[in-house]
Amino acid sequence: MDYLNNLGETFFDWRVIGEVLPAMFTVGLPNTIVLALSSGIIGTVLGMILALMGISRNPVARWIARVYTDVFRGLPAILTILAVGLGFGPAFRELTGVTSPYPMGVAALSLISSAYIGEIFRSGIQSVEKGQLEAARALGFGYGPSMRLVVVPQGVRRVLPALVNQFIALIKDSSLVFTLGLLASERELFQIGQDKAAQSGNLSGLVAAAIFYLAMTVPLTHLVNWIDARLRTGRAQSRAEKQEPDEVAAVVGKGAHE
Amino acid sequence: MSQFSSGSLEAKAIHLAFGSNKVLRGIDLNVPAGTTASVIGPSGSGKSTLLRVMNRLIEPDQGDILLDGKSVLKDNPDELRRRIGMVFQQFNLFPHMTVGDNVAFALRKLRKLPKDQARDEALEQLDLVGLKHKADVRPATLSGGQQQRVAIARALAMKPEVMFFDEATSALDPELVKGVLALMADLAKGGMTMVVVTHEMGFSRNVSDTVTFMDGGVVVESGAPGQIFDDPRTDRLQRFLSDVL
Repeated sequence: MDYLNNLGETFFDWRVIGEVLPAMFTVGLPNTIVLALSSGIIGTVLGMILALMGISRNPVARWIARVYTDVFRGLPAILTILAVGLGFGPAFRELTGVTSPYPMGVAALSLISSAYIGEIFRSGIQSVEKGQLEAARALGFGYGPSMRLVVVPQGVRRVLPALVNQFIALIKDSSLVFTLGLLASERELFQIGQDKAAQSGNLSGLVAAAIFYLAMTVPLTHLVNWIDARLRTGRAQSRAEKQEPDEVAAVVGKGAHE
Repeated sequence: MSQFSSGSLEAKAIHLAFGSNKVLRGIDLNVPAGTTASVIGPSGSGKSTLLRVMNRLIEPDQGDILLDGKSVLKDNPDELRRRIGMVFQQFNLFPHMTVGDNVAFALRKLRKLPKDQARDEALEQLDLVGLKHKADVRPATLSGGQQQRVAIARALAMKPEVMFFDEATSALDPELVKGVLALMADLAKGGMTMVVVTHEMGFSRNVSDTVTFMDGGVVVESGAPGQIFDDPRTDRLQRFLSDVL
């Protein structure tokens, strides 16, 4: 039964996990959140621009969006992060004096996620019925305001689950910035787990990191399911929106909903 | 129904082609202020496209469009469309807004009315179509007939000079058609200038001042309802009427 004991200690050495927890909470977790959140926000903004370029009537804009999306979706994340971080890092350091690898890490993660988010937004916007744009235009709105006020909000709503999934992917991919070399205070969850594993000779540090990742990603996954179900069944009816019983009966009676 | 400040609408020799497909081949349509013109014809005859050309959702290749006697082809198309209300076959209400916001939306964003005032005007319009009590629900909770009446209120809220109806009752369940047609007839009686693309021959005969029969992108015959329905001159119109009546 020794090997079972060994396995248990390899993964669940509670002493090691206990030792690594403070650093996880005070350094790793904030850093991971900073990385994921900032690249999530930038990626969303860039993604929206890409989506609008992708459906634009200008063929050059469409082409740029297409090539960008193909490139950054087609590369392994670690390659993009290394290429951006090591390639542009020195120039960035020289220009700004900032030595932290975070700006370049965030830039790379933003580039990657914007390619995915752009496609998510594009599919959502394109799923909105053509009549919506036509109705807004018929009221006297120009193309831009019609898209901004009527079409895009509906499209974005439909792809919220996919968007949250993309954010989950970012939380996980943020671990890859360790390849750029992090100072002790710059370490995120994975690097701290990794360091502890190397120092303690077992994998319990990484298990601690895993628990932190799951504590973020699992609830988000359930959030996705919840949003998805709400979108599917129609939003939870607020009081004002409650259907009158006779109307509900009429709809059910006729089997009306196409 | 209150009186409207309606204008006359005239289309002159409108031509439109999508590639080699000639959709409109020299259409003339004259709608004096305060009258209702219905446009009938088989599907694919270009009726709906004609509406979209007359409010410049689609730009014509040739021809002229006059609103109140003045050509509008050089105007800003967005401003032209504020003067022409349009009602669609599929209603096209904005599903992410309440019924009241659907009607108030253009008032706030285009006419720049303050929120309260836009809401008051929207409620007034909804009252005219009998749906004031539905202002706070989402369109999806309404029947098709109610949705279409909201769509009419939304178009009327902009105080248009002309109203277009593009097969406004074609997507409705049969029992809901009447209410919408009655509302349209009220508007016509109230003096709104209307162009009604329709398959409702009863409406066309009883409510409109002129009937235009289109087929293959041209106006085959047009005249007073009595003349078109009781005394059709062309084979094509006779055949069409015997098919639909």
